Amino acid sequence: MSVAGPRPATDLAAEVRGGSRRAADVLEEHLAAIDARDGEIHAFNLVTRDEARAQAAAVDARVARGEDPGPLAGVPVALKDNLCTRGLPTTCSSRILAGWRPPYDATVVTRLREAGAVMVGKTNMDEFAMGSSTESSATGPTRNPHDTGRVPGGSSGGSAAAVAAGFAPLALGSDTGGSIRQPAALCGVVGMKPTYGTVSRYGLIAFASSLDQIGPFARSVADAAQLFDVIGGHDPADSTSLNRPTPRALSVVDEGVAGMTVGVLAEYLDGVDPEVAARTREAADALAAAGARVEEVSVPEVLLGLSAYYLIAPAEASSNLARYDGVRFGLRVDAEDTVTMNTATRSAGFGAEVKRRIMLGTYALSAGYMDAYYNQALRVRTLIIEGFAAAYRTCDVLLGPTTPTTAFAIGEKVGDPMTMYRSDVCTIPTNLAGHPAVSVPFGSSSGGLPIGVQLLAPALAERTLFRAAAVVEAAAPVTAAVGGRS
Amino acid sequence: MTDGWVMVIGLEVHCELRTDTKLFCGCPNMFGDEPNTNVCPVCLGLPGSLPVLNQRAVELAMAIGTALHCDIRPSTFHRKNYFYPDQAKDYQISQYDEPLNADGWLELPDGFRVGIERAHMEEDTGKTTHAGTSGRIHGADYSLVDYNRSGVPLVEIVSRADMRTSEQARAYATELRSILVATGASDGKMEEGSMRVDANVSVRRSADDPFGTRCEIKNLNSVRSLGRAIDYEAERQIALLEAGEVVVQQTRHWDEDAGRTQALRSKEEAYDYRYFLEPDLVPLVPDAEWIHAVADTLGLMPAERRARLVGLLEGGEVTDVASQVATVVDLGLDDLVVEAAARGVPVPLALKRTANEAANDAEAARAVEVGAYVALLTMEANGSLSATQAKVVLGDLLAAGGGDPAAIAKAKGFEAMSDDSLVATVAEAVAAHPDEWARFCEGEDKLSQVFIGQVMKATRGQANGKAVMAELQRLRREG
Amino acid sequence: MTAVPERLTRDQVAHVANLARLTLTEEELELFTGQLAEILDHAADVASLDLSGVAPTAHAMAVTNVLRADQARPCLDRDEVLEAAPSVEDHRFRVPRILGEAP
Repeated sequence: MSVAGPRPATDLAAEVRGGSRRAADVLEEHLAAIDARDGEIHAFNLVTRDEARAQAAAVDARVARGEDPGPLAGVPVALKDNLCTRGLPTTCSSRILAGWRPPYDATVVTRLREAGAVMVGKTNMDEFAMGSSTESSATGPTRNPHDTGRVPGGSSGGSAAAVAAGFAPLALGSDTGGSIRQPAALCGVVGMKPTYGTVSRYGLIAFASSLDQIGPFARSVADAAQLFDVIGGHDPADSTSLNRPTPRALSVVDEGVAGMTVGVLAEYLDGVDPEVAARTREAADALAAAGARVEEVSVPEVLLGLSAYYLIAPAEASSNLARYDGVRFGLRVDAEDTVTMNTATRSAGFGAEVKRRIMLGTYALSAGYMDAYYNQALRVRTLIIEGFAAAYRTCDVLLGPTTPTTAFAIGEKVGDPMTMYRSDVCTIPTNLAGHPAVSVPFGSSSGGLPIGVQLLAPALAERTLFRAAAVVEAAAPVTAAVGGRS
Repeated sequence: MTDGWVMVIGLEVHCELRTDTKLFCGCPNMFGDEPNTNVCPVCLGLPGSLPVLNQRAVELAMAIGTALHCDIRPSTFHRKNYFYPDQAKDYQISQYDEPLNADGWLELPDGFRVGIERAHMEEDTGKTTHAGTSGRIHGADYSLVDYNRSGVPLVEIVSRADMRTSEQARAYATELRSILVATGASDGKMEEGSMRVDANVSVRRSADDPFGTRCEIKNLNSVRSLGRAIDYEAERQIALLEAGEVVVQQTRHWDEDAGRTQALRSKEEAYDYRYFLEPDLVPLVPDAEWIHAVADTLGLMPAERRARLVGLLEGGEVTDVASQVATVVDLGLDDLVVEAAARGVPVPLALKRTANEAANDAEAARAVEVGAYVALLTMEANGSLSATQAKVVLGDLLAAGGGDPAAIAKAKGFEAMSDDSLVATVAEAVAAHPDEWARFCEGEDKLSQVFIGQVMKATRGQANGKAVMAELQRLRREG
Repeated sequence: MTAVPERLTRDQVAHVANLARLTLTEEELELFTGQLAEILDHAADVASLDLSGVAPTAHAMAVTNVLRADQARPCLDRDEVLEAAPSVEDHRFRVPRILGEAP
């Protein structure tokens, strides 16, 4: 285990289910941790104290009646604030949704309830999931628990920080271009993006529909696998949800990597921070020592990923965010006529990054530019899928860094969007291809900042992915714990 | 229409499908319920919601495509992006360059074929009511939106610009409505908005000239309005062109009361819909088995029903066939005629009686017991009842939904006249009009009406007209 | 080869903002024009590729025919829906004057 101290969620659930610990007590410990430090970290937009207490009490009541409350019994889980929670504010860290209470739960929220989880709060994020630092949040930035002058990454910065700081053993985030994996790496926790279509998007407030996936944050690979197993699976309410058995990961996590071939992705190592590169090579060595064949591979198509992504994602987003018009819900800035009202509402309600991407997307889709920009980006996507497919003819998994640097300082990159976008260069191609990938904490920099290494696998190969991730995790250098909760 | 000009017309028809639920969600597809009671996250466009396609809507859309002789193809859905309060997501999910049905045709009753470019699926918008002086959008202070209709399934049927007269356009709309009703896809009620017709109209000097600039006309609530609007618009365009001006491409609104089209307030922006593939849906690829299943369950279409009747009349002579055939098919009474013919009733009689009399209470006629109806027609055919008497008995039959025509006739005292009685009455009529008789014998056949009329009067309609005629001719022949 | 569009101008940015129902201040217009142009310059490496032989991929996972039965499901409670609305009258969503017709 790379993060010493806090107990695995799987152990906590077992204790609650078995009756040796009360869910209520587990919750209070975590609420105390939140109270102690979230004022400084700001991982949460909202701590749902009352609801969590009611859920914990319900779990304990079920145990007392001899019923099985589920595989995540009593485990506190933090939810990114773009996941609809019925009756509870779901804001996407945007002014335009301030105070909005959805009249329904996201499917993953329902699955967590059914698994006995205790939902402890809604976490901060980049506004509408657009960002890599959580600095574009309308509620203020989240601070990295390892160094509060630095960003936790984004857009799921709040969820990553919550797990890193011991506020909850588990959290859900969403990943469109790296928004789970990159903050996981910067915060020193496990963060995983599932195969597109394995986790229902119903109730996930959309950013880019063909790229978004909900995924787990945890302090261990096994916990992440457990959470993935709970939230994954076909959902008839989501037409893009795959109607086939979802790979169950927890049961195979410890099967090791003997016989696997691991490809170290040359393009991802190019130009990254030397310490990040060093950790990645050490992870490769660990896999070799555990019985995998390790080779160098090249997938040059991934270099086009950034440009293609910054056409496809904003294009879809510009359409997904049109509904924020002041008519049916959310902020309204009144005016004499509807068009003026729409415009005033959106101009007041959206932050700069969201506006920038809406305009970029609208431009990319506009008459005359469709073919040069949007359709061209879709062709690049084909090339990337083919590039990965070629690599996967000889490799079972690929390895690379998660992100080029460790956590940067708050305010350092906000002035230059292009620089900020480059944080995602190692994560974006996976979203374009619809493949799964995971970031595993692997040591830290000489300055004590966490470093994450990334494993990638073909579509629906989560079992292989988690097996490799567990090996990497076991070999990771021990680092100082943050927080320290059981 | 003004001489020296021809018009070119294409029609776009939006048809609401008669499904139980909406196109992308399980909310009831119901007209007239309390506002905003048939809504959910999907049709309200709430954040996080996702669409899932209604299978029955696809089947009905395929049925329409089949009835219009279209190719049914693998298709995709696209987003049509524009802001409007009744558009819950501020984009409409529709079909763009890969529609479900394409390249078909519709045959008008007179045999003319109008090409069908496409018939694709899309979702309906909510309904806005405008609060202000006229209830119309212009001059309203504010508006109110009800999303019950948001997400209702529509099929948009786009004809090719093949029509050349307003009569053809009206015939197209009428025939299309019959087809939509016959497929079960729609109730075809233009007045209620379940079938909405927009007309594209342009003019040119001759068929050799390229198409002129067209205008789109909206707000046509009946087939009659459609015809009036097209004729008005064509004349309006001709007047402009003859005055040396140009026709501006625009959308115009038909004002039924004023009897003219009016340009809608000009928009500052041309719409840029930024169509792109809907990422929340997957392609629709009906396999051959499904396509055949839909085609197999499709009943006869109006054109086929008309052809079936005309086929039965083969060789026979009936005046006014087309009109009777159309009436009978339109009212869903053709099965009755076919059944009567199968049981030996002469087709012209079955057709005439059904089109002229039974049609007056079509609902009852559709429900009448077939055996009784056939028995009645048979009695008239073999002379047991006169035409007048038969009509009276028919009235009773329809009112009761069935019965025994012979018993009804007897109860009314409608005995058939005996042959002797008929001969005697005809002889009396002939004797009473010697001059007319002489002229009739010389060949003035029309004068038979004098005698027939006389006999009818004398027998209070009991005589069988054909029998009287036969007797007159016999008398004339035998001197 | 796909034609590369010319560099983004202020007017184009203003037009696009209008399409997206956004108003920009002078500073924002200036700033965004520069930033968007820079991003699009990078996107030019995509735009300038000759990919005429490559089919676009809209969906990473190739699935077809996802359908549901035509069966009614519970609707939302109207009060809960209207509670979230900025302005309500007569159980309907109230909006200010609509100036244009629907397309």
